[in-house]
Amino acid sequence: MNIFFQQVLNGLTLGSVYALVALGLTLVYGILHIPNFAHGALYMVGAYMAFYLVGSLGANYWVAMAGAALIVALLAVLSDRLIFHRLRNAPPLHDMIAAIGLLLFLEAGIQAIWGAEFHRLAPPYPQIVRLFDLVAPAQRLIIIAAAFGLMFVLHLFLTRTLTGSTIIAMAQNREGASLVGIDATKVSVLTFAISGALAAVAATLFAPINLIYPSMGHLVIMKAFVIIILGGMGSIPGAIVGGLVIGFAESFGAFYVSTNYKDIIAFALLVLILSFRPQGLFPSGARA
Amino acid sequence: MMSKTWQKPLLAVLLLLAIAFPMIAANDYYIYVMSLAYIMAIAAVGLNLILGYTGQLNLAHAGFMAIGAYTVGILTVDYGVPYWIAFVIAGILSAIVGFFAGLLSLRLKGHFFSIFTLCVGFMIYLIIEKWDVLTHGTVGIIDIPAPTGIGPIRFDNTWSQYYLVLFFLVVSLWLMSRIVHSLLGRAFIAIRNGEDLAETLGINLMRTKVLAFVLSTFYAGMAGALYAGFVRFIGPAMALESHTFDMIAFILVGGIGTLFGPLLGAILLTWLTQSLQFLQDFRMIVFGPLLILLVMFFPQGLIGYWRERQARRAAASMQDRRLQRSVIGQQQEVGTNA
Repeated sequence: MNIFFQQVLNGLTLGSVYALVALGLTLVYGILHIPNFAHGALYMVGAYMAFYLVGSLGANYWVAMAGAALIVALLAVLSDRLIFHRLRNAPPLHDMIAAIGLLLFLEAGIQAIWGAEFHRLAPPYPQIVRLFDLVAPAQRLIIIAAAFGLMFVLHLFLTRTLTGSTIIAMAQNREGASLVGIDATKVSVLTFAISGALAAVAATLFAPINLIYPSMGHLVIMKAFVIIILGGMGSIPGAIVGGLVIGFAESFGAFYVSTNYKDIIAFALLVLILSFRPQGLFPSGARA
Repeated sequence: MMSKTWQKPLLAVLLLLAIAFPMIAANDYYIYVMSLAYIMAIAAVGLNLILGYTGQLNLAHAGFMAIGAYTVGILTVDYGVPYWIAFVIAGILSAIVGFFAGLLSLRLKGHFFSIFTLCVGFMIYLIIEKWDVLTHGTVGIIDIPAPTGIGPIRFDNTWSQYYLVLFFLVVSLWLMSRIVHSLLGRAFIAIRNGEDLAETLGINLMRTKVLAFVLSTFYAGMAGALYAGFVRFIGPAMALESHTFDMIAFILVGGIGTLFGPLLGAILLTWLTQSLQFLQDFRMIVFGPLLILLVMFFPQGLIGYWRERQARRAAASMQDRRLQRSVIGQQQEVGTNA
């Protein structure tokens, strides 16, 4: 029972981090139809920013998270204005290659400043929570609570506010949205900012129980891609459900199958599902 | 366009330069670097077939190169198979894996295909890294034997290996030029220009795309096999997507969808990296923005840009001639009227 509970907890932790990253990716894809390969680099920069703010400036964990979110949101907006916006009418190949260029640049830049070695963000809440005979590290519970809280806020924002619905409208139909007077530039800036902030928050939440290094974004971004392909590109509920599915598959797979091959599970799942359903599990389409 | 009469002499001069290079080069190290650039160029020429001619961004290409290299490494080191037999098996095995990967991934279009192949490449990397009984895991395979001699020719020094690699480079370029100028090559280009249109023309999309994919992975496997015999040390990192990104950079700089673009890019960027040696791992600080600037302002690469200029000049001179003719014609008309 206890071991099973541990796996559920692990799955929820992993799943909520993946879901946050995948949400940002799917939002940007919904609006601009760009698979942003640089999104993993944004996640990585987010972790480094939190590490810097806590480690060198002595900031509080939550302040550092907000700071990292702000910086990465700015970086994401800059990448849209300077690169992706200018390539709007270029062939899709160009967007992808530009995103790869950005990814390489960010990774090399971070490595130039902080080096290739591993860093650690000291856990702000090292306590262990006990409930009946179940034990759980506080940080994991914080990850789950914060991630789901954030997803709930995002859901409210997208469905209950005017600004939020412009994002949904733009994702559903670009021309239609322009016709009713929605400013495409404003929406894409907003979307990139949200996606960057989500990546940074996910990284900061996950960092205390993980390592920080320049290529830390690779695996995460690839799993996020797997998630949004499974959940339907541009679908928000799909990203959340997909994130949890991959999270659980990994934690249970690592325990019941093999720790060594746990990273392959997500990809094996992708290959298996796409062999039978090339269009993904849920047909894509933007809904909130 | 480059006029056909110029093409052959130019190629002959280039080939002579390549043959003379070891005699001009200051030391063996330069020859070594150039050979490495040629090997990467062979892989990039293969990637260009699926990316530049068929229009599918395959991000697993380095993975297939690693399959070729590991086939040679495992067979020669652990099983004592002679190099050249392992070499042939490497190409075939990469193509077979490529066939199945292609069957699966080419059902997806555009972005989905690229994302899927990114995952395929990473799976190849993970399998190489984790299956240590077969692949030696993270340690990599060391002491891979150099290619065994053929008849009186031996490949035990940098010079002879340079010529060996050059030979394969010339063969792969020749083969690629035959492919892209054939009807099949036209079919590839038709798919790049528009899948729906290509299908209405009667091209079997799936079969043609899989064929392009298999051919390109065969090139990757061959390049990997040469790499294993030349560098003689391989590690799982060579399957990482960052090496595919390197090859994409070669293709973009030289000219996407051109025969010599990948070669030009591979040579230029390899030497650029050499001269930026102090940057080492940070070379991507330069290459990353370079990629972005290229797709923004210079998407056709060097050869593409040159061709465009030639075409524009040809068009301009044509217009001049037409103008002159009409002026002369008018004068003649004036003359006859008078």
